[in-house]
Amino acid sequence: MKIHLLVNGEPREWECEVHEFLTEALRRHGLVGTKRGCEDGACGACAVLLDGREVPSCIVLAAQADGHEITTIEGLGDPRHVHPIQAAFVAATAVQCGFCTPGMVVATKELLDHNPTPSAADARRRLAGHYCRCTGQIKPIQAVLDAAERVKGAQT
Amino acid sequence: MSTPIPPNWDTGADSLDRIDSYQVVGRNETRVDALKLAQGRGSFTDDIDLPGMLHLKMLWSPHAHARIRSIDTSAAEAMPGVVMVLHHGNVSRIPYTTAGQGHPEPSPYDQFIFPRKVRFVGDRVACVAAESAVQAARALAKIRVEYEVLEPVLDPHDALRPGAPVIHDEPEAFGLPDYDKAHNIAAAMHVEHGDVDAAFAEADLVLEREYSVPYQHHATAEPHIAITWLDEDQRLVVRVATQVPFHSRRILARILDFPLHRIRVVKPRVGGGFGGKQEILLEDLPALVTLRSGRPARLCLTRAEELASSRTRHPQILSWKTGVMRDGTLVAQELRVLANTGAYGAHALTVQTCTAGKTLPLYKARAYRFDMKTVYTNLPVAGAFRGYGGPQGFVAMECHMDEVAEKLGLDPLEFRRRNLIGPGHDNALAQALGEGKEGPPQRIRSCAIQECIDRGKAAIGWDRRDRLRSTGPIRRGIGMSCLMHGSGIPGVDMGSAHVKLNEDGSFNLHVGATDIGTGSDTILSQIAAETLAVPLEKVVIYSSDTDHTPFDTGAYASSTTFVSGAAVKKACEGVARQLREAAAEMWRVEGDPCTPEDLHLERGAVRRPDGRSLSYGEICLSTFYTHDQHQIMDHGSHMTFECPPPFAAHFAEVEVDTETGAIRVLRYVAAVDCGVPIHPQSCEGQTEGGVCTSLGYALSEDFIFNDAGRLLNDTYEDYKIPTALDVPEFETILVRSYEPAGPYGAKSVSEIPTDGPGPTIANAVAHALGIRFRSLPLTPEKVRKAWLKKEEARQRETEA
Repeated sequence: MKIHLLVNGEPREWECEVHEFLTEALRRHGLVGTKRGCEDGACGACAVLLDGREVPSCIVLAAQADGHEITTIEGLGDPRHVHPIQAAFVAATAVQCGFCTPGMVVATKELLDHNPTPSAADARRRLAGHYCRCTGQIKPIQAVLDAAERVKGAQT
Repeated sequence: MSTPIPPNWDTGADSLDRIDSYQVVGRNETRVDALKLAQGRGSFTDDIDLPGMLHLKMLWSPHAHARIRSIDTSAAEAMPGVVMVLHHGNVSRIPYTTAGQGHPEPSPYDQFIFPRKVRFVGDRVACVAAESAVQAARALAKIRVEYEVLEPVLDPHDALRPGAPVIHDEPEAFGLPDYDKAHNIAAAMHVEHGDVDAAFAEADLVLEREYSVPYQHHATAEPHIAITWLDEDQRLVVRVATQVPFHSRRILARILDFPLHRIRVVKPRVGGGFGGKQEILLEDLPALVTLRSGRPARLCLTRAEELASSRTRHPQILSWKTGVMRDGTLVAQELRVLANTGAYGAHALTVQTCTAGKTLPLYKARAYRFDMKTVYTNLPVAGAFRGYGGPQGFVAMECHMDEVAEKLGLDPLEFRRRNLIGPGHDNALAQALGEGKEGPPQRIRSCAIQECIDRGKAAIGWDRRDRLRSTGPIRRGIGMSCLMHGSGIPGVDMGSAHVKLNEDGSFNLHVGATDIGTGSDTILSQIAAETLAVPLEKVVIYSSDTDHTPFDTGAYASSTTFVSGAAVKKACEGVARQLREAAAEMWRVEGDPCTPEDLHLERGAVRRPDGRSLSYGEICLSTFYTHDQHQIMDHGSHMTFECPPPFAAHFAEVEVDTETGAIRVLRYVAAVDCGVPIHPQSCEGQTEGGVCTSLGYALSEDFIFNDAGRLLNDTYEDYKIPTALDVPEFETILVRSYEPAGPYGAKSVSEIPTDGPGPTIANAVAHALGIRFRSLPLTPEKVRKAWLKKEEARQRETEA
């Protein structure tokens, strides 16, 4: 089947299998920053924004994205334009193996879009769906709070 | 093996000032790989897609113990897209161990690519290769297997029962001299030091208690995955998420019966390992498919497969016995371990050796005894897991130390202080507990455990301990534990590095060391930059590719900074010497001679005492194109008989809801002596991550089986690892010390944090409730039951 969607701001027309999940469709089109972690909607490594809301793309059918806007990690900065959230994760050494990091960055984007001044408790709640065995979540929580400052700084 | 304590032995105390002169080491440099990972740029095994790639899916055993009578794959092979089906009938039968250890591996050779007898629910039966993953999965259902179901062994005690079913009855399996497959014993050890019975007889108090520790799943973010293909020279390329690329190549060559020089193992970025990827777990299958079909092949485990069929932490039953004098002086310690390795014996000996080796020597005693059996069962396979026996052993020892202190009426912390090992002391058990053979002797150099206790004690507010709430439904408690670990495997682990100079004064650093998220690419680059007196960005690191980097045993045993880091330093010192010689030669040709010994390296240039300098770029251009033409480059290898332990003191404050049994860890303090932290934030990150992994071990993680040995909680919905909502307020304290045996004073930091949370939290809960739990995890159910039992006993007492 054919689906029409907006991926990182670009209109796309993709041929998909009816049973194909969004993670697979994205990765098949080179957007490999979206990870396969549990393929069960539990670990958060595959997080993308669907119309600005975080979803686990491994349990969203590609067909369900038809007519919607998808933002992946690739839509949040590139080597020349580092997104302040990414800068915050790097500065805090919140990136260890880095497999879960894109999902966390995407989740932070959603959080800050809706709540520009999150508390530590907000940061914890937002990261709770993102499993990470490397960091113990301590530095990612700090990175989310630092990212809020950086995003604010970038806007003023 | 006799390797005397080196004559220039010192504790490093006089070297602490050196730290302040470092330019790159000891600073929180931006990690060399952080940005690309934060941007999701393709770096991992799965981030490539090759034309014509085949997808593999596994058929796993539904039985805990069964002989395969027959396999009929004809219907599966006729399915659309199916290219081949592999099973025991069409692959070679060469015994091996999946344990990615040095050669010869001290683990039993008890596996084959496919077994004829399956030994746990989740054992390998067959593998389908098809054009798509969906086609492969559909074909699995068409494979007809006839099993002769055998009686399973589902409990480690049952494995030792006379007449128990023999799990490894195949004639080919073999192991070290204590290997006894006829009695389901995968490994065994008995060690005594001093006159143990006499020491116990003299003790004022002898206390013996039994503890048990559960299964634990590694929960790496990235599952096990391998992609293989033939390159243009028909060589086999294996791109695999591994901690041990060189062991992978060696073991693959053997079991595939394919020449080693025609295999290239490439480790891209790895999404976490924690020991789970110190295993040659799956790359043999896509490699076989590629060799037979000529096509690229991919095998990636699902999360349920990861949980059931990869590796786990060894569950153990530990009996700890202590002889102690009334004043709190320990005289004798005895540890007996019954470990469950499951169906295969990966790391069956050495994990358990470390259970004793990391724990017992921490406290001085006149006599020690260690007795261990690792048994086979028809349950999932245990293996290497960060901490490698330490988390198990410390649960027993550090709970036990609290129990002994309580019996003696001593403060648990002061009781420990009196008996702790310190600088200049000998590790009484180092030789007896080697890696499958006698180990080298060990004398402790740097050791700041007493300062770890001081600082941790202040940070947690230990002195509040007696004033915490002890009435009402919510109880609070504070607990602690003392820890030590190791830095590499002495006399076994070896790392190597190659460094060369470029025309812009930068360097290529090639290392076999394997960054799996540990930060070693950054840390090794920092060591190189420090030695060569350049900023970090002038070091271009490439790691772990058996074609293009020199050898390294791999990322395990807390070895990378200490062992591979020393190799990097050696290689860079060689390059530094060549830079001085080349500069002296250039000045000689200019008619202004000097001796290389008078020159020094600073800010990317070779400098004379009078301030004149030649930049590395100028030197490189000259040696490439003008005079005395050669490539400035060097290599270094490092192996050592030293294994300096990092030390730590962990403290936790917990809140227990007696009505629900729920434990909340309010605050955790980890004070660690890891020598000089090369990258302090990364040392904190290792500590935080290691502690949180073992928070799960302490509180929520375990395997639940049905009566037939099937794992019931094989999803993240049912297997609970700590999330951001569960982790406590956290303080990591890096206590200053300098380890003379390590590069720039460094010891290891990666495994020691996993040793602490089990006992620290159990001790805090015991303090809060007055109930001693000797079995992890401390689930709400377990806590609530114990509380009700205590309340009932109290009521009966009041009534009586």
